[in-house]
Amino acid sequence: MYRWMLCFRYLRTRYIALASIVSVTLGVATLIIVNSVMAGFAAEMHERLHGLASDILIECHASGGLPDPDGNLDEIRSVLGDRLEGSSVSVHVPGMLGIEFNGQLITRHVNLVGIDAETYDTVSQFGQFLLHPANQKKVDFELKETGFAPDREGFPVSGWAYRRQRVAYDQALDLERQRVESALRRARGEVSAPDAASEGPSMKMDFGGSMFADKNGDGPKVFDPSIEQFPGIVLGISTCSSRLRDQDGKVADHYYCRPGDDIRMMFPNASDNTKVVNQKFTVVDLYESGMSEYDSTFAFVRLDQLQEFRGMIDPSSGMRSVTAIQLKLKPGSDLNVARDDLRRRFPPDRYALNIQTWRDMQGPLLAAVRLETTILNILLFLIIAVAGFGILATFFMIVVEKTRDIGTLKALGASSTGVMSIFLSYGVLLGIVGSVVGMVGGLVFIKYINNIAAIIEDITGQEVFDPTVYYFNSIPTIIDPWTIFWVVLGSIAIATMASVLPSLRAARMHPVRSLRFE
Amino acid sequence: MSDEPILQARGVFKSYQKNRVEVPVLRGIDLDIHAGEVTALVGRSGSGKSTLMHLMATLDQPDKGEIFYRGQRIDNASWKERDAFRNQQIGVIFQFYHLLPELSAIENVLAPAMIAQSTWSYFFNRKEARRQAEAMLDRVGLLHRATHKPGEMSGGEMQRAAIARALMTRPSLLLADEPTGNLDTDTGLEVLKLLRGLNVDDGLSIVMITHDESIAAGADRTWKMKDGRVVDDRIAQVA
Repeated sequence: MYRWMLCFRYLRTRYIALASIVSVTLGVATLIIVNSVMAGFAAEMHERLHGLASDILIECHASGGLPDPDGNLDEIRSVLGDRLEGSSVSVHVPGMLGIEFNGQLITRHVNLVGIDAETYDTVSQFGQFLLHPANQKKVDFELKETGFAPDREGFPVSGWAYRRQRVAYDQALDLERQRVESALRRARGEVSAPDAASEGPSMKMDFGGSMFADKNGDGPKVFDPSIEQFPGIVLGISTCSSRLRDQDGKVADHYYCRPGDDIRMMFPNASDNTKVVNQKFTVVDLYESGMSEYDSTFAFVRLDQLQEFRGMIDPSSGMRSVTAIQLKLKPGSDLNVARDDLRRRFPPDRYALNIQTWRDMQGPLLAAVRLETTILNILLFLIIAVAGFGILATFFMIVVEKTRDIGTLKALGASSTGVMSIFLSYGVLLGIVGSVVGMVGGLVFIKYINNIAAIIEDITGQEVFDPTVYYFNSIPTIIDPWTIFWVVLGSIAIATMASVLPSLRAARMHPVRSLRFE
Repeated sequence: MSDEPILQARGVFKSYQKNRVEVPVLRGIDLDIHAGEVTALVGRSGSGKSTLMHLMATLDQPDKGEIFYRGQRIDNASWKERDAFRNQQIGVIFQFYHLLPELSAIENVLAPAMIAQSTWSYFFNRKEARRQAEAMLDRVGLLHRATHKPGEMSGGEMQRAAIARALMTRPSLLLADEPTGNLDTDTGLEVLKLLRGLNVDDGLSIVMITHDESIAAGADRTWKMKDGRVVDDRIAQVA
């Protein structure tokens, strides 16, 4: 009993000891914060990477693609058996995106993906990253009237509403230009029918006619952009926008094009004598996954349309080729085993197929995050270990200071183990207080981490978590109770170990010598 | 007065190492402490009287010789037995009181009871222990200072608190090392009166170490020590 009484008294009266555990507190808080942020970051990244990629991706590198996808899928089904939950086929092809912006052509290299809207969403997350709520439920590559990104402030008006408005504006601009032109001609004395110019080869669209031969627009029937659209395309948001910081430091998105605009896409066809296909598309939605790598390189169109444009349909059999097969396995299946089974069935030396799990594709990135977390943990735990030596030194001082009291206790009949346990439990108690305070502090910090980041930004003017880089609007955190448990346990253990030596010293003190100690 | 010795020392030798030189402190002590008496141990500083007291309190062990408590040898007992002996059979008070500064007077008095029992049993007996500690403080006239820390008390009060603490476990022998050495004459006399009262009322045997002949004169029996030996054994006049 006296042990507890004394060590609680010491805890309350020795502030120097409390100071010595501040480093434990800080270490614990930092460890918890860092682990939570790293875990949140990694989980977000895993989720996104995995969400974007299917469990297993089979890619065919031949330009003509993999013929007979159904036959191959049957084969895959027989290999995987009931492990297979879903599958989808797609065509991946490198392409060049051309966007007319303020009279200039902006080009971007993109990965053009032809997807089967029905099945693609079952093997990987796709729809949920689109901006229009209806598309999030089901993608149909048809331009919607309006209502894109309802919860995003400052998103420009898009869809048919915007398209009609733009067409009307363009037409008005055209008319005005013609009027000015004909007025000029009349002024110069040239005779010309006032409406001949509007029928000429000048701009019918906002762009295009002047720059590219337009297959769709040049047909015998007149294309009316205010009621018609080209084949739909979903662009990755970063392919057609830039996220910048304005003068006030606020993050703002600038769009080169938005749903309702027409863009141009150039990509190779599937023949052996490769030619460039030049096709106009209407942007029907934007795709924002939060992974800048995906958002800045992907563009999605309908699989059947892309197959047509690329000539991937066998004219005799009508069989359509694909370049990639996505597989989704039942939850809990071992992806690596499934991949190896498939590799045995489709050995790489006979098939030009690349069979990968999503982890294989993102291996280096995932490994880098893991390594970072491990190193940070080691470094931070060293901080707590350093704090342990601080406790050791402080405890030696306290034991020396308490020498006479130790002698007194022994004279009153306290055993050596009793004296030792005073200081040992004092150390444990300090460790508990330090780590619990650190834990609470860390958890509070995590709870308000975004507010704290904002305050730090205000003070330093330095962006803590740059949304233009990460595409997260807030810092993701995950609190893992086991991590906290081990961190707290570890630091209590360090505090305890640091108090073992001073406690032993106290226990070994000779009662007479301690009583005489001045 | 009973003549039965409560504590006996037989041929006790003790020396200390000082800079690798062996300094003999006790050179063959034979002495008896009789139950129910106030025994004074007189000698100049360095005569070994404190060392002898530490040996009697089993705080230290003699190099040679034996110490008996009620006929039972205690100097070579195990640590555990000696701890229990110090806790239960004897009370010790010191010149510098040695109260624990973090604890209040009553907590200091309670300390031996806490040491004697496990946390559990103390917890269940705490009311009884507290009552007893209050009685002890009352006995030494310090009940009104029960919640004061040693730093807030005078020397005499601290020594009286120390006496209450020494008596908490109801020992039969009280060892007092210069109990008045740090007090002014009047306060010292009060403490001595208190000790004598305890001896008379409760039959407590007291061993008092002092260098002051006048204090020794008040004892039932006086042992005089010089250079680690008992030089004079005379029975004092019963006051």
